[in-house]
Amino acid sequence: MQALLEVSHLVVDIPGRRGTLRAIDGISFSIAPGEILGVVGESGAGKSLTGAAIIGLLEPPGRVASGEILLEGKRIDNLSAHEMQHIRGKRIGAIFQDPLTSLNPLFTVGKQLTETIRAHLPVSEREARQRAIGLLEDTGIPGAAQRIDHYPHQFSGGMRQRVVIALALAAEPTLIVADEPTTALDVSIQAQIIQLLKRLCHERGAAVMLITHDMGVIAETCDRVAVMYAGRIVEIGPVHEVIHAPAHPYTAGLMESIPDMSVERERLNQIDGAMPRLNAIPSGCAYHPRCPRVFERCQVERPTLIAAGATQAACWLHDAEHGKAVA
Amino acid sequence: MSAQPLVRVDDLAKTFDVSPPWLNRVLERKPRALLHAVDGVSFEIERGKTMALVGESGCGKSTVARLLVGLYAPTRGSVAFDGQDVHAALAQPSGRALRRHIQMIFQDPYASLNPRWTVEAIVGEPLVEHAIVSERAALSTRVDELLRSVGLSGQDKTKYPHQFSGGQRQRISIARALATAPEFLVCDEPTSALDVSVQAQVLNIMKDLQRERGLTYLFISHNLAVVRHVSDSVGVMYLGRLVEVADKRALFAQPRHPYTRMLLDAIPQMHATGRARTPVQGEVPNPLSPPTGCAFHPRCPHANARCSAERPRLLEIDGVRVACHAVEERRI
Amino acid sequence: MKQTLTRWFDGDLGYSFRHSPVAIAAAVVGLICLLCAAFAPWIAPHNPYDLSTLDLMDARLPPAWMEQGTRKFMLGTDEQGRDIVSTLMYGARISLVVGIASVLLSMLVGVSLGLLAGFRGGWVDSFLMRLCDVMLSFPAILVALLIAGVGRALFPNAPNTVAFGVLILAISLTKWVDYARTVRGSTMVERHKEYVQAARVTGVSSLRIMRKHVLPNVLGPVFVISTIQVATAIITEATLSFLGVGVPPTSPSLGTLISNGNQFLFSGEWWMTVFPGAALVLIALSVNLLGDWLRDALNPRLR
Repeated sequence: MQALLEVSHLVVDIPGRRGTLRAIDGISFSIAPGEILGVVGESGAGKSLTGAAIIGLLEPPGRVASGEILLEGKRIDNLSAHEMQHIRGKRIGAIFQDPLTSLNPLFTVGKQLTETIRAHLPVSEREARQRAIGLLEDTGIPGAAQRIDHYPHQFSGGMRQRVVIALALAAEPTLIVADEPTTALDVSIQAQIIQLLKRLCHERGAAVMLITHDMGVIAETCDRVAVMYAGRIVEIGPVHEVIHAPAHPYTAGLMESIPDMSVERERLNQIDGAMPRLNAIPSGCAYHPRCPRVFERCQVERPTLIAAGATQAACWLHDAEHGKAVA
Repeated sequence: MSAQPLVRVDDLAKTFDVSPPWLNRVLERKPRALLHAVDGVSFEIERGKTMALVGESGCGKSTVARLLVGLYAPTRGSVAFDGQDVHAALAQPSGRALRRHIQMIFQDPYASLNPRWTVEAIVGEPLVEHAIVSERAALSTRVDELLRSVGLSGQDKTKYPHQFSGGQRQRISIARALATAPEFLVCDEPTSALDVSVQAQVLNIMKDLQRERGLTYLFISHNLAVVRHVSDSVGVMYLGRLVEVADKRALFAQPRHPYTRMLLDAIPQMHATGRARTPVQGEVPNPLSPPTGCAFHPRCPHANARCSAERPRLLEIDGVRVACHAVEERRI
Repeated sequence: MKQTLTRWFDGDLGYSFRHSPVAIAAAVVGLICLLCAAFAPWIAPHNPYDLSTLDLMDARLPPAWMEQGTRKFMLGTDEQGRDIVSTLMYGARISLVVGIASVLLSMLVGVSLGLLAGFRGGWVDSFLMRLCDVMLSFPAILVALLIAGVGRALFPNAPNTVAFGVLILAISLTKWVDYARTVRGSTMVERHKEYVQAARVTGVSSLRIMRKHVLPNVLGPVFVISTIQVATAIITEATLSFLGVGVPPTSPSLGTLISNGNQFLFSGEWWMTVFPGAALVLIALSVNLLGDWLRDALNPRLR
C-alpha cells in the first residue's frame, strides 16, 4: 500500500549571521493511510520543525535545504506558496498547541468553520453551516447549533481545542499534523481530547502525525513512534516495542528517567549532560558524549537506521558485524 | 526531635476582588466579583518530609504556595512555622529574620532569574540582604559553595542567566533559595517547564539536598507521576478546597475521593495495561461562580441531594482525610 | 569597562550597527557635530563674541566660494562681522547643552514617576496617569512658551544661568510623559515576573527592588526615546529662541541665529540664516536616524 506521507532525507537549515545551523539533518520516515505516528523528543530535537516543514510553514530564514516530502506520491516541498495554500487544509490539517491563539478572536466559531469549508469544498453557505454544526457535534460540543455563533473567548480551553480539531477536520484532509495538542490543557481534559482525536481520525480515515514530548500520550494514542534527538531520528518502530524494549541507548535512558505511576523508584535515572546545541553537534553519532555504551565507531561515523528487533535504531550496537564481534 | 509539625496551616483562605471598576459597576449594573482562590485549607507538614499539593488549573495550589511564603496576606486563617504565626511575624520589622527560614523555587526558569544580573549577584543577594556575609571575598566563596552543591561550578558565577539552559537555571534558583540555609522550601511546579531528562536531574538533586540538609518541602505540581516520586504525603485540591489528604502510598493505592480517582484514571500512562477507563466528564467550573455545596458535585457520578446543598468537611476516615459525603456515608 | 565594550561590540547591537550604513553615517556626523560643539572655544577659527576682534568692515561678507568672499570667513559673516562658522559652533554648543540637559531632566522625572506608577499601581498609578493625560492635552510648544514667557516676565533681569534653567525646565516639562508611560508599561510587566517575587520572598524592600531589579530591565526603550528626544528638544529650543523666548540674546543658539539671519534673507544675504538652519537639520537628522536604528536593533521581533 502506498504510503500517505513519505519524508525522504529531509534537511532543514537555518541560516544565521554566525553561519548556517542544521536544524534537521536528513530524516526519513513514512506514514501509512489512517496510521497515527508519534514524533517524540525533548526541546531542541527538531520535532516541531519537522511538522512545520511538512505543512510548509517554516519560519524564514529556515528553509528546506534538501530532501523530499511526498504526499500521496507527489512532491509538496517544492510547491509555490499559492499551491501550498490549497494543500493546507484540504489535504493536510493542522492542530497547534495553544487553542487561545489558534482561533481568530474577532470571528465567530461558525464563521471560521464555514470559511474553511467553503475555501476547500464546493458547497453553498447553508450547507457549509450544516456541516459545521455537524462537526461541532462530532467533537462533543453540547448545543452546537447555538454555540456555532459564539466567539472563541466564550469557550473554555478544552472546548476551544475541540473547535480547533473541528477546524482541522473541516475540509476532510487525509493527514493531520498535531503539534503538542494537549500540552496546554489540564490532565482530565487531555484524556478527553486524546480520545476524541483518536476516534475522529479513525472514523474519517485520516492519518495523524502527533508531535509531543509526553510519552504517556504517545503510549495511549499512537501506532508507531519516532524518537528524535538533535535533529535526527534515533529510533522508530511500533509504540509498544519502543517503550518496553528500546533499542537505542537514548530511548532507553529516556524511558528510565520518566517517573511512572506503576513503578516506584528511589532515584530517577538521569542522563548526564544536555542535548547539544545546533552549532555544536558532535561528530559521528550525536548522542555519543552522553552514551553509556559508546565505542570508537560511534565517535567517527554517523549511524543510519538499522533494524534492531521490531524497531529500527540509529545505533552501531545493532550493526550486524558489531553484534557478531560483541557476542 | 520535636513532635510538633514544622508547618501548620489552619483554615487558610484568600479571596481576590476582581470586580469591574466602580464606574462599570454603576453604569452596567454589574455585581461585585469575588474570587475565592483558596477557601479554607488546613494541613500539616512534618520536619524533613515532602508534602505535595496537586490539582488542575484554578484549584488554588499556587495561591497556597504564595500564602505560605508571605507573598500574599490571608483573608482568613493562619500559617504557623515552628509554632510561630508567619503573617503576624512578617508584619513586624523584627519578623524579617523569618524570611531566612522559608524560601521559594518558581516554575519558570526563564523569568525567575534577573536577566541583567550575574549569577553571583543573584545567588548572593539573600546573603547580602540578610547581612550573613559582608566581605566581597567571603561572599564569593559562599556563592561558590552553593553553586557546587547544586552541581554547577564556581566559574559559572560570572556568567549571565541567558548563557544557561533551563535545567541549569533551575539549579541556580535552588542555589539562591539555599543561600540563607532555610528549613522550609516551597517549590511551585519546579520541573514542569523542563524536559524529562533534565527534570530527572533536578528532582534527584532536590532529593539529595533534602537528605543532606534535612529540608522540608511543599511541592506543588499537576504531574501525579512526579508527585508520586518525590512526596511523602499528598493533598489534592479542587476549586480552592482540599478534597483529600493522605500518605502517598495510601493515596495512590486506594484513592477515596471521586475527584482523586478521576484524576488518577485520566493520566495517560506509558505502561498502559489496556484497561478500559471511565472517561472524565465535564470541565473545571468557573471559579468565580463555584457550584453550591460540594464543588465537585456536577461532575461526580456519586452525587446525591446532600452534595449539592451541603459543603463536605475534611474528615478523618480510615487514616486519610477526605471531604466527601459519599465516603463519609460509606456509599463508595 | 573594556569587557563590557567588547561584549557590546560582539553582541547583537554591535553587529547591527556595523551592518547599517545609515547608522554609521549618522553616528559619524553626530559625533563630528558634538565634538565641534564641545570644543568650540578651542577649535573655532574666530571668537565671535569677543567684541574686540570684530570689525564692522567684515560685515555681511558672503561665503568663500562666492565673489567678495574671503577664505578667512569660510561661510561668510553676519551683520556685525561675526564669522558664521564660529557662530555655528558656539550656537550648536548652546543648542546641544540645552537639548541634552532637558532630556536628562525629563528622563529623570519621567522614569522615576513611571517606575512608581507601574510598581505601586492603585490610586498612585491612576493619579499619575491622569497627570500625564493632562500634560499631553497641552501642545508642547505652548507649555514651553508659557513657562519661558512667564519666567521672563517675572525675572526680567535674571542672570543667564537662571534663564537657561527656566528654558531647560520648560522643555523638559513637556517631554517627561513619554518616559513615564513607557517605563510604566514595562514595569507592570516586570513586576509580575518571578525574579521580582523571589526578591520579595527574600525580604528585599520595594524601593530596592524597583531600583536594582526592575530599573535595569526597563531602560532599553528609554535610551531609544532619549536619542529621538534630543533632536526634538533641540528643535523645540530653536523654536523658542526663534520666537524670542528662548536663550538669552547674549548666548545665541542655532535658533537665535536663524531668527537673526531671517531679517537679511530678502536682501539677498541668505547665508546668515541658511547655514544655521542646515546645521540644525543635520544635528536633528543624525540623532533621529541613530534613534531609529537603535529602536529597530533593540526590537526583538525584528531581529
